[in-house]
Amino acid sequence: MHIPDGFLDAKTFVALDVVGAGFVAVAAARVRRVLNERAVPLMAVLAAFIFAAQMLNFPVAGGTSGHFCGGALAAVLLGPWAGVLVMTLVLVIQALAFGDGGILALGANVFNMAVVAPFVGYGLYRLIRRVWRTEAGRFAGSFAGAWLAVVAAATACALELAVSGTTPLAVVLPAMVGVHAVIGLGEGVITAAALAAVRVSRPDLLELARGGGAQ
Amino acid sequence: MKTFTWVALAVALLLGVAVAPFASSRLDGLERVAEDNGFPGRGEGEPLVSSPVPDYAFPGVGSEGWATAAAGAVGTLLTFAVAFGLAAALRRRRDK
Repeated sequence: MHIPDGFLDAKTFVALDVVGAGFVAVAAARVRRVLNERAVPLMAVLAAFIFAAQMLNFPVAGGTSGHFCGGALAAVLLGPWAGVLVMTLVLVIQALAFGDGGILALGANVFNMAVVAPFVGYGLYRLIRRVWRTEAGRFAGSFAGAWLAVVAAATACALELAVSGTTPLAVVLPAMVGVHAVIGLGEGVITAAALAAVRVSRPDLLELARGGGAQ
Repeated sequence: MKTFTWVALAVALLLGVAVAPFASSRLDGLERVAEDNGFPGRGEGEPLVSSPVPDYAFPGVGSEGWATAAAGAVGTLLTFAVAFGLAAALRRRRDK
Protein backbone atom coordinates (compact mmCIF):
# COMPACT_ATOMS: atom_id res chain seq x y z
CA MET A 1 0.00 0.00 0.00
CA HIS A 2 2.85 2.38 -0.78
CA ILE A 3 1.19 5.65 -1.76
CA PRO A 4 2.78 7.24 -4.85
CA ASP A 5 3.05 11.01 -5.26
CA GLY A 6 -0.12 12.41 -6.78
CA PHE A 7 -2.64 10.44 -4.71
CA LEU A 8 -2.60 12.87 -1.77
CA ASP A 9 -3.20 16.62 -1.74
CA ALA A 10 -0.67 19.07 -0.30
CA LYS A 11 -2.32 19.66 3.09
CA THR A 12 -2.48 15.91 3.72
CA PHE A 13 1.05 14.98 2.69
CA VAL A 14 2.64 18.00 4.39
CA ALA A 15 0.80 17.26 7.64
CA LEU A 16 1.85 13.61 7.52
CA ASP A 17 5.47 14.49 6.63
CA VAL A 18 5.55 16.57 9.83
CA VAL A 19 3.82 13.90 11.94
CA GLY A 20 6.03 11.14 10.49
CA ALA A 21 9.22 13.12 11.17
CA GLY A 22 8.03 13.74 14.73
CA PHE A 23 7.48 10.04 15.39
CA VAL A 24 10.88 9.14 13.92
CA ALA A 25 12.63 11.76 16.09
CA VAL A 26 10.93 10.49 19.26
CA ALA A 27 11.68 6.89 18.26
CA ALA A 28 15.39 7.67 17.71
CA ALA A 29 15.63 9.42 21.09
CA ARG A 30 13.88 6.57 22.94
CA VAL A 31 15.71 3.74 21.20
CA ARG A 32 19.08 5.41 21.76
CA ARG A 33 18.60 5.23 25.53
CA VAL A 34 17.91 1.49 25.65
CA LEU A 35 19.50 -0.07 22.58
CA ASN A 36 21.59 -3.04 23.66
CA GLU A 37 24.39 -4.83 21.86
CA ARG A 38 22.33 -7.72 20.50
CA ALA A 39 19.65 -5.42 19.14
CA VAL A 40 22.02 -3.75 16.64
CA PRO A 41 22.51 -6.76 14.33
CA LEU A 42 18.89 -7.82 14.93
CA MET A 43 17.61 -4.44 13.72
CA ALA A 44 19.84 -4.66 10.65
CA VAL A 45 18.89 -8.18 9.68
CA LEU A 46 15.22 -7.54 10.38
CA ALA A 47 15.26 -4.51 8.07
CA ALA A 48 16.93 -6.61 5.34
CA PHE A 49 14.40 -9.43 5.81
CA ILE A 50 11.44 -7.03 5.69
CA PHE A 51 12.81 -5.37 2.53
CA ALA A 52 13.22 -8.74 0.78
CA ALA A 53 9.90 -10.16 2.00
CA GLN A 54 8.08 -7.02 0.79
CA MET A 55 9.15 -7.92 -2.76
CA LEU A 56 7.20 -11.17 -2.58
CA ASN A 57 3.72 -10.31 -3.82
CA PHE A 58 1.30 -13.20 -3.40
CA PRO A 59 -1.97 -13.36 -5.34
CA VAL A 60 -5.23 -12.69 -3.53
CA ALA A 61 -8.77 -12.71 -4.91
CA GLY A 62 -9.91 -10.55 -7.81
CA GLY A 63 -6.72 -10.19 -9.87
CA THR A 64 -5.01 -8.46 -6.97
CA SER A 65 -1.84 -9.20 -5.04
CA GLY A 66 -0.51 -8.32 -1.64
CA HIS A 67 2.78 -8.49 0.15
CA PHE A 68 4.16 -8.69 3.66
CA CYS A 69 4.46 -5.38 5.50
CA GLY A 70 6.51 -6.29 8.58
CA GLY A 71 5.44 -3.59 11.03
CA ALA A 72 4.02 -6.03 13.57
CA LEU A 73 7.00 -8.40 13.31
CA ALA A 74 9.47 -5.58 13.92
CA ALA A 75 7.45 -4.32 16.91
CA VAL A 76 6.99 -7.75 18.49
CA LEU A 77 10.73 -8.51 18.23
CA LEU A 78 12.17 -5.08 19.05
CA GLY A 79 9.38 -3.09 20.68
CA PRO A 80 7.22 -0.55 18.85
CA TRP A 81 9.67 2.37 18.87
CA ALA A 82 12.54 0.40 17.34
CA GLY A 83 9.89 -0.97 14.96
CA VAL A 84 9.20 2.60 13.84
CA LEU A 85 12.89 3.06 12.99
CA VAL A 86 13.29 -0.26 11.14
CA MET A 87 10.13 0.25 9.08
CA THR A 88 11.00 3.88 8.27
CA LEU A 89 14.42 2.87 7.00
CA VAL A 90 12.90 0.25 4.68
CA LEU A 91 10.39 2.80 3.35
CA VAL A 92 13.09 5.43 2.76
CA ILE A 93 15.23 2.99 0.77
CA GLN A 94 12.20 1.83 -1.23
CA ALA A 95 11.20 5.40 -2.09
CA LEU A 96 14.69 6.72 -2.92
CA ALA A 97 16.29 3.72 -4.63
CA PHE A 98 13.35 1.82 -6.08
CA GLY A 99 10.69 4.44 -6.77
CA ASP A 100 8.24 2.52 -4.55
CA GLY A 101 6.10 5.06 -2.71
CA GLY A 102 6.27 8.80 -3.32
CA ILE A 103 8.85 11.23 -1.96
CA LEU A 104 6.26 13.79 -0.84
CA ALA A 105 4.05 10.93 0.35
CA LEU A 106 6.89 9.40 2.40
CA GLY A 107 5.46 10.83 5.62
CA ALA A 108 2.07 9.25 4.87
CA ASN A 109 3.67 5.89 4.12
CA VAL A 110 5.78 6.17 7.28
CA PHE A 111 2.67 7.02 9.31
CA ASN A 112 0.67 4.07 7.92
CA MET A 113 3.28 1.34 7.77
CA ALA A 114 5.97 2.48 10.24
CA VAL A 115 3.80 4.03 13.00
CA VAL A 116 0.23 2.69 12.83
CA ALA A 117 1.23 -0.87 11.89
CA PRO A 118 3.89 -1.40 14.61
CA PHE A 119 1.86 0.21 17.41
CA VAL A 120 -1.45 -1.47 16.54
CA GLY A 121 0.26 -4.82 15.96
CA TYR A 122 2.23 -4.61 19.19
CA GLY A 123 -0.80 -3.40 21.17
CA LEU A 124 -3.00 -6.34 20.19
CA TYR A 125 -0.10 -8.79 20.59
CA ARG A 126 0.52 -7.65 24.18
CA LEU A 127 -3.20 -7.63 24.97
CA ILE A 128 -3.56 -11.23 23.81
CA ARG A 129 -0.41 -12.34 25.62
CA ARG A 130 -1.68 -10.81 28.84
CA VAL A 131 -4.60 -13.23 28.90
CA TRP A 132 -2.93 -16.11 27.03
CA ARG A 133 0.56 -16.49 28.46
CA THR A 134 1.62 -19.74 26.82
CA GLU A 135 3.71 -20.16 23.68
CA ALA A 136 0.48 -20.78 21.76
CA GLY A 137 -0.57 -17.31 22.91
CA ARG A 138 2.62 -15.86 21.44
CA PHE A 139 1.80 -17.20 17.99
CA ALA A 140 -1.93 -16.47 18.15
CA GLY A 141 -1.13 -12.97 19.40
CA SER A 142 1.41 -12.29 16.68
CA PHE A 143 -0.93 -13.61 13.97
CA ALA A 144 -3.85 -11.49 15.18
CA GLY A 145 -1.64 -8.45 15.82
CA ALA A 146 -0.13 -8.66 12.34
CA TRP A 147 -3.58 -9.00 10.73
CA LEU A 148 -4.94 -5.98 12.60
CA ALA A 149 -1.76 -3.98 11.86
CA VAL A 150 -2.30 -4.35 8.11
CA VAL A 151 -6.03 -3.59 8.32
CA ALA A 152 -5.33 -0.52 10.50
CA ALA A 153 -2.64 0.74 8.09
CA ALA A 154 -5.05 0.26 5.17
CA THR A 155 -7.72 2.18 7.09
CA ALA A 156 -5.30 5.07 7.65
CA CYS A 157 -4.39 4.99 3.95
CA ALA A 158 -8.09 5.12 2.97
CA LEU A 159 -8.72 8.06 5.33
CA GLU A 160 -5.78 9.96 3.79
CA LEU A 161 -7.08 9.37 0.25
CA ALA A 162 -10.56 10.55 1.30
CA VAL A 163 -9.28 13.64 3.15
CA SER A 164 -7.26 14.48 0.02
CA GLY A 165 -10.47 14.44 -2.01
CA THR A 166 -9.04 11.71 -4.25
CA THR A 167 -11.98 9.38 -3.74
CA PRO A 168 -15.00 9.30 -1.39
CA LEU A 169 -14.50 7.58 1.96
CA ALA A 170 -17.62 5.44 1.48
CA VAL A 171 -15.93 3.89 -1.58
CA VAL A 172 -12.28 3.70 -0.59
CA LEU A 173 -12.63 2.57 3.02
CA PRO A 174 -14.52 -0.69 2.37
CA ALA A 175 -12.36 -1.37 -0.70
CA MET A 176 -9.04 -0.90 1.13
CA VAL A 177 -10.15 -2.70 4.30
CA GLY A 178 -11.71 -5.55 2.29
CA VAL A 179 -8.62 -6.41 0.24
CA HIS A 180 -6.24 -5.89 3.17
CA ALA A 181 -8.33 -8.11 5.44
CA VAL A 182 -7.29 -10.90 3.05
CA ILE A 183 -3.68 -9.72 2.64
CA GLY A 184 -3.52 -9.48 6.45
CA LEU A 185 -3.95 -13.25 6.72
CA GLY A 186 -0.68 -13.65 4.79
CA GLU A 187 0.88 -11.05 7.09
CA GLY A 188 -0.25 -13.06 10.11
CA VAL A 189 1.14 -16.34 8.78
CA ILE A 190 4.53 -14.82 7.82
CA THR A 191 4.84 -12.97 11.14
CA ALA A 192 4.05 -16.08 13.20
CA ALA A 193 6.37 -18.21 11.03
CA ALA A 194 9.24 -15.73 11.38
CA LEU A 195 8.76 -15.70 15.17
CA ALA A 196 8.76 -19.51 15.17
CA ALA A 197 12.07 -19.47 13.27
CA VAL A 198 13.57 -17.06 15.81
CA ARG A 199 12.23 -19.19 18.67
CA VAL A 200 13.89 -22.31 17.30
CA SER A 201 17.26 -20.67 16.64
CA ARG A 202 17.57 -17.91 19.27
CA PRO A 203 14.73 -18.02 21.84
CA ASP A 204 16.50 -15.37 23.97
CA LEU A 205 15.85 -12.78 21.24
CA LEU A 206 12.10 -13.12 21.80
CA GLU A 207 12.40 -11.31 25.13
CA LEU A 208 14.46 -8.43 23.76
CA ALA A 209 11.47 -6.12 23.35
CA ARG A 210 10.36 -6.60 26.95
CA GLY A 211 13.74 -6.56 28.62
CA GLY A 212 14.18 -2.96 27.54
CA GLY A 213 16.46 -4.29 24.82
CA ALA A 214 15.39 -1.98 22.08
CA GLN A 215 12.16 -0.54 23.28
CA MET B 1 24.59 -13.39 17.53
CA LYS B 2 26.97 -13.58 14.59
CA THR B 3 25.73 -16.95 13.35
CA PHE B 4 22.08 -15.89 13.70
CA THR B 5 22.75 -12.63 11.85
CA TRP B 6 24.52 -14.26 8.91
CA VAL B 7 21.99 -17.07 8.58
CA ALA B 8 19.06 -14.63 8.74
CA LEU B 9 20.74 -12.34 6.19
CA ALA B 10 21.26 -15.35 3.91
CA VAL B 11 17.55 -16.21 4.21
CA ALA B 12 16.62 -12.60 3.35
CA LEU B 13 18.97 -12.66 0.34
CA LEU B 14 17.50 -15.94 -0.80
CA LEU B 15 14.01 -14.41 -0.69
CA GLY B 16 15.08 -11.23 -2.48
CA VAL B 17 17.15 -12.97 -5.16
CA ALA B 18 15.67 -16.42 -5.76
CA VAL B 19 12.00 -15.98 -4.81
CA ALA B 20 11.27 -12.36 -5.77
CA PRO B 21 11.49 -13.01 -9.56
CA PHE B 22 8.56 -15.41 -9.14
CA ALA B 23 6.39 -13.02 -7.11
CA SER B 24 2.94 -12.10 -8.40
CA SER B 25 2.94 -9.14 -10.78
CA ARG B 26 -0.75 -8.41 -10.26
CA LEU B 27 -1.75 -4.97 -8.99
CA ASP B 28 -1.36 -4.64 -5.23
CA GLY B 29 -4.22 -3.72 -2.88
CA LEU B 30 -3.91 0.06 -3.21
CA GLU B 31 -3.22 -0.08 -6.98
CA ARG B 32 -6.34 -2.22 -7.41
CA VAL B 33 -8.50 0.23 -5.44
CA ALA B 34 -7.05 3.11 -7.50
CA GLU B 35 -7.72 1.25 -10.75
CA ASP B 36 -11.29 0.35 -9.77
CA ASN B 37 -12.08 3.91 -8.69
CA GLY B 38 -10.53 5.75 -11.60
CA PHE B 39 -7.53 7.44 -10.02
CA PRO B 40 -4.50 5.34 -11.05
CA GLY B 41 -3.27 8.07 -13.43
CA ARG B 42 -2.73 10.47 -10.54
CA GLY B 43 0.25 8.42 -9.43
CA GLU B 44 1.91 8.35 -12.82
CA GLY B 45 3.91 11.03 -14.60
CA GLU B 46 7.45 12.22 -13.96
CA PRO B 47 8.70 11.12 -10.54
CA LEU B 48 10.14 13.92 -8.39
CA VAL B 49 13.36 12.02 -7.89
CA SER B 50 14.41 9.56 -10.55
CA SER B 51 15.25 6.39 -8.67
CA PRO B 52 18.34 4.40 -9.72
CA VAL B 53 16.45 1.06 -9.75
CA PRO B 54 12.85 1.87 -10.75
CA ASP B 55 10.19 -0.77 -10.02
CA TYR B 56 12.67 -3.27 -8.58
CA ALA B 57 14.19 -3.97 -12.01
CA PHE B 58 17.93 -3.39 -12.24
CA PRO B 59 18.54 -1.29 -15.36
CA GLY B 60 20.68 -2.81 -18.11
CA VAL B 61 19.83 -6.40 -17.15
CA GLY B 62 18.14 -8.00 -20.14
CA SER B 63 15.91 -10.61 -18.60
CA GLU B 64 13.11 -9.45 -16.31
CA GLY B 65 13.76 -12.22 -13.80
CA TRP B 66 17.47 -11.46 -13.46
CA ALA B 67 16.74 -7.71 -13.24
CA THR B 68 14.47 -8.40 -10.27
CA ALA B 69 17.02 -10.75 -8.68
CA ALA B 70 19.75 -8.09 -9.02
CA ALA B 71 17.45 -5.45 -7.50
CA GLY B 72 16.64 -7.88 -4.66
CA ALA B 73 20.31 -8.52 -3.94
CA VAL B 74 21.29 -4.85 -4.00
CA GLY B 75 18.25 -3.75 -1.97
CA THR B 76 18.61 -6.43 0.70
CA LEU B 77 22.33 -5.76 1.22
CA LEU B 78 21.88 -1.98 1.10
CA THR B 79 19.08 -2.14 3.68
CA PHE B 80 21.20 -4.36 5.95
CA ALA B 81 24.23 -2.09 5.69
CA VAL B 82 22.35 1.17 6.27
CA ALA B 83 20.31 -0.28 9.16
CA PHE B 84 23.45 -1.68 10.79
CA GLY B 85 25.22 1.66 10.44
CA LEU B 86 22.33 3.65 11.87
CA ALA B 87 21.70 1.24 14.77
CA ALA B 88 25.42 1.17 15.62
CA ALA B 89 25.54 4.98 15.47
CA LEU B 90 22.52 5.23 17.80
CA ARG B 91 24.21 2.87 20.23
CA ARG B 92 27.49 4.78 20.15
CA ARG B 93 25.67 7.99 20.98
CA ARG B 94 24.16 6.29 24.01
CA ASP B 95 27.59 5.36 25.31
CA LYS B 96 28.77 8.95 25.31
